[in-house]
Amino acid sequence: MAVAAADQAALTLGIRPGLALAQARAMVPGLLVAEADPKGDAAALERLAAWCLRYTPLTAADPPDGIWLDITGCAHLFGGEQGLLADLLDRLGHSGAQARAAIADTPGAAHAVARFGADAATVVAPGAQERTIAPLPVGALRLPEEMVTALRRLGLDRVAQLAQVPRAPLQRRFGRHTLLRLDQAAGRVFEPIRPALPEEAVVHRLAFVEPLLTAEAFVQCIDALLVPVCAKLEAAGQGARRLDLIFERIDGSVQAVRIGTAAPSRHAAHLGRLLEERLDEVDPDPGVEAMQLCVSLAEPIANRQGTASLDDSASSEADIAALVDRIENRLGAGSVWRAVAVESEMPERAVATVAPIMRTPVASWPPGLPRPVRLLDPPQPVEAMALLPDNPPVAFTWRRRRHRVRRADGPERIHGEWWRRSAEEEAVRDYFAVEDEDGVRFWLFRRGDGVDRATGDLRWFLHGLF
Amino acid sequence: MPFGLPVIDAALPSGGLALGALHEAWGAGPQVEHGTAVSLLAAWLLARVPGEVVWVMQQRDLYPPALAAVGLPPERVLFVHTRNPKLVLLVMEEGLRHAGLAGVVGELSGPLSLTASRRLQLAAEMSGVTAFLVRRSRRFDDPVLAQPSAAATRWRVASVPSAPPLPDSPDTPGLGPPRWRLDLLRCRGGEPHSWTLEAFDATGRCRVVPDLGDRPAAPERRPTAA
Repeated sequence: MAVAAADQAALTLGIRPGLALAQARAMVPGLLVAEADPKGDAAALERLAAWCLRYTPLTAADPPDGIWLDITGCAHLFGGEQGLLADLLDRLGHSGAQARAAIADTPGAAHAVARFGADAATVVAPGAQERTIAPLPVGALRLPEEMVTALRRLGLDRVAQLAQVPRAPLQRRFGRHTLLRLDQAAGRVFEPIRPALPEEAVVHRLAFVEPLLTAEAFVQCIDALLVPVCAKLEAAGQGARRLDLIFERIDGSVQAVRIGTAAPSRHAAHLGRLLEERLDEVDPDPGVEAMQLCVSLAEPIANRQGTASLDDSASSEADIAALVDRIENRLGAGSVWRAVAVESEMPERAVATVAPIMRTPVASWPPGLPRPVRLLDPPQPVEAMALLPDNPPVAFTWRRRRHRVRRADGPERIHGEWWRRSAEEEAVRDYFAVEDEDGVRFWLFRRGDGVDRATGDLRWFLHGLF
Repeated sequence: MPFGLPVIDAALPSGGLALGALHEAWGAGPQVEHGTAVSLLAAWLLARVPGEVVWVMQQRDLYPPALAAVGLPPERVLFVHTRNPKLVLLVMEEGLRHAGLAGVVGELSGPLSLTASRRLQLAAEMSGVTAFLVRRSRRFDDPVLAQPSAAATRWRVASVPSAPPLPDSPDTPGLGPPRWRLDLLRCRGGEPHSWTLEAFDATGRCRVVPDLGDRPAAPERRPTAA
């Protein structure tokens, strides 16, 4: 009986996989032991791989302890690769799973960096995979244990050393496998991953007699795929929030594009347009033999599409959602938002951004207070001359230009929000709206009330322009 | 889209700013960079048109409470941010194809080609949605602003010193409503004009200051061809 796996707490106590159970029990009395369940682990890994479909249509379990995600064309939905990685690790962490992850051009490099890299989350820059894996141990290359031992015996500890060995003798001594793994990690040899597909999702597949290559053909196929998919969605009373279009190429590899919608939709023309705009991300060479359209996220919608609607607000709502989809499809997620009022004294906190389809006015800004059209973030320091404590500045200098103040309103005193940050407990800002001799209006504030030094250092800032 | 100010509306061929057209505007002097008055005017005009407003910007410095103060509450505005000026125009065009909108406001730094402005004007004509282009630049006197464009009207809005808050006692401190000089530089089917506007008193109304108003604007530095 030996230890098969140990969690972080056990590892810090010196319990390592491979240790005899009796010895482990002797080292840590009262050690919590559960019998290894490889089948259960594999099933759980499959479930986790299916959960990862939220990020990309191409995920696959990589037993015993890994999951592949092919995120080509999907990262923009999460604010880029860094954003996707952070979101993934954050969600896994909240569900109690410790995970490490890496994004790289090749599966091999991502595999190596995720397991042997310095950080728990790494994005390998495009084209930098060879450089990144060079200092890692040869064990990072997904080689069988005995081969790693044999390479070590020859003094080949690091991937970089292995890469410098002449290829022919290496192949003779260790077989093709070692070189293949090296080339896969470096990106010289393409490596497909076998995707898992969600079970209950609406899926439709079209296989072709002749491989397709042109965008025109793909557009026709998208339309042909959308008809049955939208019919199935309609029958289920649902609309697509996320659609994956998977291209199966004749070389056995898969490519996918993913679109998201702001509100569930089963409007074939709208969804088709979103998919077509993304076709340029697909590399069909040497030819696509089948296409598959998969609704990886669906939500119920009220059954009124297609019937003449008398309710104008509902149809304009759907129109706005379609517009948001088209803009976000081009610019990426998070580029469209709505502003909502937040009850906060601090001007920079009085506005929050929400998703474009949400529309619940919770608060409104107090009327009658002067608020600038442009808010500078962060406020810019200015040189100002003013009489303490309550007078507006006589003049101030911003960007080396001196503005003489002709008229002014203020002060409007804003107190720090001590319940957010203890540093703001006594902080005070005195705001003035001022007009210079040209009639241009500025929003200035002074840190501190001008009497008590604890409230601020009396420096002046420009916070906005009217 | 009438201003509700008879002096200005009379000078515009359709009795106000044409709906379903492109209107271009920028600030004067240091205000070219921030386009504050121009943005407020666009929000104030669009607030009276039913529907939503798409506001595309290259810098996220717009402060929505100011728009709400002139009658355009945040729940009526979809904000879009992109650094790329080409994408600003593309999003504007996408919005202009959307007949249900009240209008589209785009903030653009950098040049605007005649073709790009024609595309926006055509898209606006097709759908009837009104487009405002707020030109911004870090240069006070950017030559790209003088380049010809297909916009139905082109405006320059400059701040001018405001009047004392209480007309009878000029020494009272405090700010009254701001004053802007409105230069209508070009207007299809109309003549250039200048007015001085006293904008947005406590009730959100504007008025034209009569003694200075309604004289022809100084001609643009280079005559526009389009």
